[in-house]
Amino acid sequence: MATNREDFVIAIRSAFLKKSNKQRISLIGLILISITLIILGKINLPAINYLKISLNEIVYRSSFIVSIPQKKIHQSIKIINDHYLVYEDYRDIKKKLKDLQLQSKKYEIEFIIEENLRLRKLIDEYVYNSEELIAKVLIDKKSPFLRSIIVNKGTKDKVELGMAVLDGSYLVGKIVETNYSTSRALLISDLNSKIPVSIEPGNIQSILSGTGKFVGKIQYLQNEGLIEKISIVYTSGSGGLFKSGIPIGKINKFAAEDENVVKYFSNLSQLTFVKLVSFKKESN
Amino acid sequence: MSTKFRKIILNKLLIYLPVFILFISVFNEFDFNYLNYKYFSFNFPFILIFYLSLKRVEFLGYGYIFIAGLFNDAVLGFPIGVSSLTYLIICGLAAYLKNITLRPNLFKDWVYFLFTILVANSVNYFLLVSFFSIELNYYELSGNIFFTFLIYYIFAHILDFYYKSVLRKKND
Repeated sequence: MATNREDFVIAIRSAFLKKSNKQRISLIGLILISITLIILGKINLPAINYLKISLNEIVYRSSFIVSIPQKKIHQSIKIINDHYLVYEDYRDIKKKLKDLQLQSKKYEIEFIIEENLRLRKLIDEYVYNSEELIAKVLIDKKSPFLRSIIVNKGTKDKVELGMAVLDGSYLVGKIVETNYSTSRALLISDLNSKIPVSIEPGNIQSILSGTGKFVGKIQYLQNEGLIEKISIVYTSGSGGLFKSGIPIGKINKFAAEDENVVKYFSNLSQLTFVKLVSFKKESN
Repeated sequence: MSTKFRKIILNKLLIYLPVFILFISVFNEFDFNYLNYKYFSFNFPFILIFYLSLKRVEFLGYGYIFIAGLFNDAVLGFPIGVSSLTYLIICGLAAYLKNITLRPNLFKDWVYFLFTILVANSVNYFLLVSFFSIELNYYELSGNIFFTFLIYYIFAHILDFYYKSVLRKKND
């Protein structure tokens, strides 16, 4: 028994403490350095933050270059799939054409927007003006851990934490980390993403959570029956981070198995360029 | 440049190619996630690190693994040091197996690999969830562990074959 224990201790000591001829630092030394980095990172030590920012700058650029062959493969797969879906595309385009023919509604909508602005000023509601930046997506990782993208704009371009990330006019995420020339945006599909939303029609206030998949989930709703069969989900503007009324996705109770599922308007796996927007209260 | 010198350089490159692939895989998250199969993904760095620590430790310094972990943290947006610690735990457990094994057997290595990735992932998830309050999708992570375990067997054969060919060429 004692011999077994001694063997175990010798094997463990040899594995973790002993340096073989190719190893300059023992394993236990590196493990202790890693633990120290984790603890210092947790207490937000400025030196660790600088180290992290420098590392991010190098790694994001390198990762962008290394990812080029994989992106090419991905694009080729997409092109092949597109060939198979030509007929469906044709039907979609036909439908869109029909929608465009209803453009007479456009002027009516413009009038309503103007009227809405006037009324909001009248009741002293916040009216936002926004600053926009166009950014290229450098890295788009669909990792099992996090859904996030890296964009090629950083603090030198005045990117700030919390800025909204839009694909066209649709919300896709927010900035959670800024470096000198790059930033990381957490996508709305990530499990850690929680956005205050308003569901129309009905002006139902709720929280949209990411699920790690291509759909989101409406949470903390008192009465689910209030949601119409087909509803649109917009940002509610609560919390002051985003302005109200940015479209996010659609609830379709006819199509979805789970009634609180939100299908995003934007395809989060196909982002190439995004808009970084900060909203500021307009001074009257 | 003489032929002999060129041959030496080529052999060095071939021997260190898997280490180079390790760095590419941490930069690139080389896991076929882009195929969009539900729950299908695997952790290629885990497979390479375990294999190299167990069988070809002379070609892989622990310092490189530590740096690869830091790169992985930056790519995935994890707190700095988490992946390094996970990778080094795999190295330690592989080194322990190497020390206690008299007659290497791929099947036993494979089963031990499952134990190793379960321990390493548990430490990883504990740190992310409890220490840094990051939410994770457990179904996807379980899928990732399962496929990493399955695929190890195939990669171990490929790497065995690769090193045998490269080392034979070196000795010629």
